[in-house]
Amino acid sequence: MILVKTKYNRRSFLKVSAASSGGMILGFSWLASCNPTKEQAMSMPKSWFDINAFIKIGENGLVTIFSPNPEIGQNIKTSMPMVVAEELDVAWENVIVEQAALDTQKYERQIAGGSQSIRRGWQSLRMAGATARHMLMEATAKEWGVSISSLATSNGTIKHKETGKSTSYGDMAANASTLEIPEKVQLKDPKDFKIIGQPTKNVDGEKIISGAPLFGLDFKREGMKISMIEHSPAFGMKLKGFNEEVIKSMPGISDVLIINTAPKEASWSNVNAFTEVIAIVGNNTWQVMKAKKALIAEWEWDSPAENSQDHEFKLEQSLQTGDKELARKDGNPEQAFKRASRVIEKTYSAPFLAHNTMEPMNFFAEVSKEKAELIGPIQTPESMGKSISNLLDIPIENVTVNLTRMGGGFGRRLYGNFGLEAATISYKTGKPIKLIYSREDDMTQGVYRPAYKVKYRAALDNKNELIGFSIHGTGIHESPVYENRFPAGAVPNYLVEKTSIDSNISTGAWRAPRSNFIAGAEQSFLDEVAEAAGKDPIDFRLELFDRNINNPIGSDNDYDPQRYAGVLKLVRDKSNWNVKTKGIYRGVSAYFCHNTYVAQVLDMEMVNGKYKIKKVWCAIDCGIVINPEGAINQAEGGIIDGIGHAMYSNLTFDKGSTIQKNFDTYSMIRHRQSPSEIEVFFVDNGIDPTGLGEPTLPPISGALANAIYQTSGQRLYKQPFIQQDIKLG
Amino acid sequence: MPEYNININGKVKKIDADTDTPILWVLRDHLDLVGTKYGCGIAQCGACTVHLNGSAIRSCSVAVSAVGNQVITTIEGISKSTEKIENIVKKAWLTHDVAQCGYCQSGQIMNATALLKTNPNPSDTDIDRAMTGNICRCGTYTRIKTAIKTAAAQLT
Repeated sequence: MILVKTKYNRRSFLKVSAASSGGMILGFSWLASCNPTKEQAMSMPKSWFDINAFIKIGENGLVTIFSPNPEIGQNIKTSMPMVVAEELDVAWENVIVEQAALDTQKYERQIAGGSQSIRRGWQSLRMAGATARHMLMEATAKEWGVSISSLATSNGTIKHKETGKSTSYGDMAANASTLEIPEKVQLKDPKDFKIIGQPTKNVDGEKIISGAPLFGLDFKREGMKISMIEHSPAFGMKLKGFNEEVIKSMPGISDVLIINTAPKEASWSNVNAFTEVIAIVGNNTWQVMKAKKALIAEWEWDSPAENSQDHEFKLEQSLQTGDKELARKDGNPEQAFKRASRVIEKTYSAPFLAHNTMEPMNFFAEVSKEKAELIGPIQTPESMGKSISNLLDIPIENVTVNLTRMGGGFGRRLYGNFGLEAATISYKTGKPIKLIYSREDDMTQGVYRPAYKVKYRAALDNKNELIGFSIHGTGIHESPVYENRFPAGAVPNYLVEKTSIDSNISTGAWRAPRSNFIAGAEQSFLDEVAEAAGKDPIDFRLELFDRNINNPIGSDNDYDPQRYAGVLKLVRDKSNWNVKTKGIYRGVSAYFCHNTYVAQVLDMEMVNGKYKIKKVWCAIDCGIVINPEGAINQAEGGIIDGIGHAMYSNLTFDKGSTIQKNFDTYSMIRHRQSPSEIEVFFVDNGIDPTGLGEPTLPPISGALANAIYQTSGQRLYKQPFIQQDIKLG
Repeated sequence: MPEYNININGKVKKIDADTDTPILWVLRDHLDLVGTKYGCGIAQCGACTVHLNGSAIRSCSVAVSAVGNQVITTIEGISKSTEKIENIVKKAWLTHDVAQCGYCQSGQIMNATALLKTNPNPSDTDIDRAMTGNICRCGTYTRIKTAIKTAAAQLT
């Protein structure tokens, strides 16, 4: 066992609160209605006793664990409570999971983003379970007049080791809830884990397949109205006027108004190009949609209209002549390129992308002059609460944000402008409303993945050794390059330069920001360099990791070359990389992001003149795997999502408007285009866990491009690949 | 507002709605059957799939006035169904823990159930063809296919 101090980095979450009898902590009838449908081993208890902010225990031993972080499909609502249950030492079938509301006093970092929920929550989740277990033992020790150390726990029971006398958590919950928090608790040795590491089904699985109301869009409250907004048809335009009287008189419409949600003090999450919009409020969705269609609005230009040709020109020009920020320089790159026997130079590019969560943006708001209640899908509830408090001058303690399950996040719901809009509409009309974006609103009012371009250069000497490497990355609002990632540290002469381009188009985080493009570009380029050097692509990479292991260049390299090489070796062995099979063409890729290492091999075949992805092999080092079932699912999803966006997706602009407005013109990967098989392997190393929501997506576009090259001899430099006549089927 | 009597999940429901109201919004707004999801509104993503006389249709693109005496089944109907195919499909979805965010899964299940009713032993190509209209941004396609095959294996 590992002894840890409980006070470390904790605030009041460990405060013991009084027993709450016979009910739910959450008073919201709709949210509380999300109770378990699966058959529990026990029936619902008569009383619940709050042990701490994560745990309440019923008198019959049933345990409720609150999952603090937003659930966007990364399965955190299952894996976070698994960690608490492990240290609490209860049987998983006696656990009910509830989504916690935003509570900055009780919980830390209630954010879904950066694949950090498990990594950053690991210690506090374990401590929440371990302190509760300790308090239950202490209550027992007091009652029996024995020492705590003479007791042992197992699956929700407490036993006196000498006499074999036993009791249950349920019997001790009332007394335990009155005790002080222990100053130190023992954490389990990972080798004793019973729940962590077991494939565990999604706690909402049965509700999902039965169509239960789980999502923001499903939320309803008595007297609630439906609202939609109309934003300007182009980036760079603002509202002049509209046919207000006509819309007001349409059937079922109660309010039509202009709202402005421009923040007084903008935070990073306040990305929104359309702060002034028309809002329509009515009785039901279809009537509001019809009124929205009948809108005749006048707009005027406020800043220049942009289009995709301009973006392409600016990106290209910025690589030639733009201002460059020097991000990293090791050795003497200029000289290395001068004395090189061979220089390889390639440029890669990718378009803007929309997030396209399957559930469009929406939020419920009931707001008065004094208080605001928000319920819905948001990855950053704390930030949304603060923004609403700031915008509407409502004290922060009077703003509540409750979380629903989310129909996808992918970064879009980090930017909660839709919550500000919902709150403002409710505030101004005095009615509880649910704001709904149409798919077109969602796709045209995005916070897009930026368009990027990157130029790589590699210098080989006459022995085919890599002696110089340079990267110049540019993009709309940001460069895609991480200067301290691989191959930084492995090349003696190394240069990274960055450029960014201004635009009136709003961009932001999209699943694995920057990595989602740069990984594929880098791994395609390394494939080409390995070929030029006459080396096997895996051997070539391993040589570079060896350089870093034996003689690292620079001190601030972000990655551990041993772990990086480890996943590459694992995927090499599992995929039998060195065995060639007729008709199978293979590409390899490896990448490190979000503290996790991933290597992939993609097997391609040609079937009736079309590329068919036969299998993807994926090796992952994310430390301890909490839930292998959910982890494999995340990995598969990241791979399919990554293939889809590299192959098909493309958001382009004309006169400031996106040309693609719905799924008839914006292509997403479909069933028939996904790999026939994906096999996932984890490195078993007992290291504290890191994230998995994002890391499997970035490298796969590199493995795909490299496999396509092996199949047809065609190198791919420009996403989406479909525009270069690559067809999957 | 016109009145319609429509058979939904085995019960006739009286609905007051504009004639052009899509079945999707009748289900969601008028009947509180929110398992049928809104995804695109133009029959391109499959999230709103329901059965009309047993065939999979996109409920966002069929008006309430076009239903007449036809029978509608939604995910809530499938969920309570005691029929063999429905239960095998639901079980297969849980066995393979298919869902990630879960939003598109009602539509996927409705489409898969309709497929298995007409073709209880579909090939990979049959599955690809039948399911191609259902988008999943999370990328659960391989699990969906495995679940359909597991279900099919129990039907034949």
